[in-house]
Amino acid sequence: MYEHLETADPNLTKTANLKRVVVDPVSRVEGHGKVTLLLDENNKVQQARLHIVEFRGFEKFIQGRPYWELPVLVQRLCGICPVSHHLAAAKAIDQLVGVDPADLTPAADKLRRLLHFGQVLQSHALHFFHLSSPDLLFGFESDIAKRNVVAVLTDYPDIGLQGVKLRKYGQEVIRMVSGKRVHGTGAIAGGMNKALSKEERDYLLQDIAQIIDWAEASVALIKKVHTSNLPYYDEFATIRSNYLGLIKPNGALELYHGGIRAKNANGETLVDHFDYCHYTDLIHEEVRSWSYMKFPYLTAIGKADGWYRVGPLARVNNCDFIDTPLAEAARVEFKQHGGADSLSAAALPPSMTAGGEAMVHSTLAFHWARLIELLHCAESINVLLHDPDIMSNDLVAQGEKRYEGIGVIEAPRGTLFHHYQVDENDIVTKANLIVSTTSNNMGMNESVRQVAAEYLSGQELTEPLLNNLEVAIRAYDPCLSCATHAVGKMPLQLELVDAQGAMVDKLVRHGDGRIEH
Amino acid sequence: MTKPILVFGYGNLSRGDDAVGPLLLEYLEQRTDLEQIELQTDFQLQIEHALDLQDRELVIFVDASVAGDNAFSFNRLHPCHDNSYTSHAMSPAALLQVFETVTGQPPPPSFLLSIKAESFELGEDIKKNTSANLHQACRFTENLLALPIAKIFDHAAQRSSIR
Repeated sequence: MYEHLETADPNLTKTANLKRVVVDPVSRVEGHGKVTLLLDENNKVQQARLHIVEFRGFEKFIQGRPYWELPVLVQRLCGICPVSHHLAAAKAIDQLVGVDPADLTPAADKLRRLLHFGQVLQSHALHFFHLSSPDLLFGFESDIAKRNVVAVLTDYPDIGLQGVKLRKYGQEVIRMVSGKRVHGTGAIAGGMNKALSKEERDYLLQDIAQIIDWAEASVALIKKVHTSNLPYYDEFATIRSNYLGLIKPNGALELYHGGIRAKNANGETLVDHFDYCHYTDLIHEEVRSWSYMKFPYLTAIGKADGWYRVGPLARVNNCDFIDTPLAEAARVEFKQHGGADSLSAAALPPSMTAGGEAMVHSTLAFHWARLIELLHCAESINVLLHDPDIMSNDLVAQGEKRYEGIGVIEAPRGTLFHHYQVDENDIVTKANLIVSTTSNNMGMNESVRQVAAEYLSGQELTEPLLNNLEVAIRAYDPCLSCATHAVGKMPLQLELVDAQGAMVDKLVRHGDGRIEH
Repeated sequence: MTKPILVFGYGNLSRGDDAVGPLLLEYLEQRTDLEQIELQTDFQLQIEHALDLQDRELVIFVDASVAGDNAFSFNRLHPCHDNSYTSHAMSPAALLQVFETVTGQPPPPSFLLSIKAESFELGEDIKKNTSANLHQACRFTENLLALPIAKIFDHAAQRSSIR
């Protein structure tokens, strides 16, 4: 769609007086990323790229460690979704001790799911209430002071407080299941290391009805925001793509364990219930010289058209239904927002679903899908808290040692792969991770190009206008790096440089918000 | 029962010098009477941590910092609408602002102990210079928290500068 903007015409770059604009780093995303725009003398965009400027070295960090350390160790890969890495690693090392997902005890399976629902709930709450609502409630080009969470808390005190308490509740689920809020050891090879006590279960039950109410209200809010200017929300940064994620055997939304389903932009199924242990037959990763982050694609379709998106939009698009009632009702409304009226949008002809299409392609619909999942998590936590299995002490299964293990889960941002090989001494000799944001690399780049082409090209660039690029990227909730931070280390810098590399103009936004021109 | 003093050291133990916050807590755990003091850690500050400040008499945040020339600095914090939205993490001053907004109360007296740091690579050990800075900061905090609770605030206020 916008591939022509990945690399400017070489003839043009030799002859034209091009200017380069750098947005570095992108704000309100995790880690270090930057956007570069190459403009001609009429400010027409000739090239737009999202670069990942930090090499992560995850695999090197893991290799050489005994496998049983991994569920704790990998939490340090990411301060945003440590539980996702914890559970993906646990699923992989289950296989190293000869335990397949179906062999887990009911208690271990349900406790892991409870832990995962807590993680996804708090992650989605943070993204909407803290990172996205400033844009969504105040507008993408609003005053910079309005675009942060404190402004939301001031102007919308109820939803601000709800966001804080939803986050807190998700963290409390994690703390109760894993024993600690940070660096917990809930999952171990073959199962879990503790059950939930009656006191812990009752503590979490106290607030769950309120949490479900707030989650439901958040879905109503995002629906109102999205439909208040439907053409704009459905077109901004929107691209048509393939979608990939896990799915339950009955076609329901799945976050913890299932086969892989991929659909194309027309809603046609490309693969279904695919065993993720064979993911290397399904997916290849392409390296491009200008980014540290790889570009995965479906091998059977090829590099050009095989790229796909993952995460809430992919999952809600791909599933046939959601097995909790409030979230399912919200999903149907989501799929219908372009006009369909069936309970199962997937069963409808494309002309009867969102925007006349079988799939919802709007990049800003990530926000809506994310909150549908948040509601599903709240409902699912309630179901599990009423299940006596979570208090059972039948927690660990055993099997025969294997030398290779693969764990895949649906992390908040999308499908997360952990793949390890160990030697006879149980030391990890090889590790491969495909994190969710990597799968969305091409999607984010395409969205950046769409915004550059449709909203920026030919305009005099200003900070509010450039925020549009960040809004497009933030919709994916990318985690570009891992948990590292230091006071005063992350300014936003915009540079305008001519084709010879001379700086024409510069704008710096410091970590404390000061603007320097 | 909420303990009156909270020391909140944040950072990632596997990210080189970013570990100084959690490491300072490990030091205090071994050497300090924790009857009146709660030690809390996380990778980074988030909005829900505002609720951990409730009913405290004193809060000390501990973080790595690339700014400044001294081994460590100790600054009084005030709620600040500082636009610290450059990543998923928040500044401690912005967290105090969130506390004030969501509770309608002024936050407890709060300080930031910033330990001079250099490098934050995954899997990297803490740098030699940073380790020395951490040691000085540990001794300072240990001595501060050994004072009677009524005197800690006065002493902390004397040592700090207003941010």
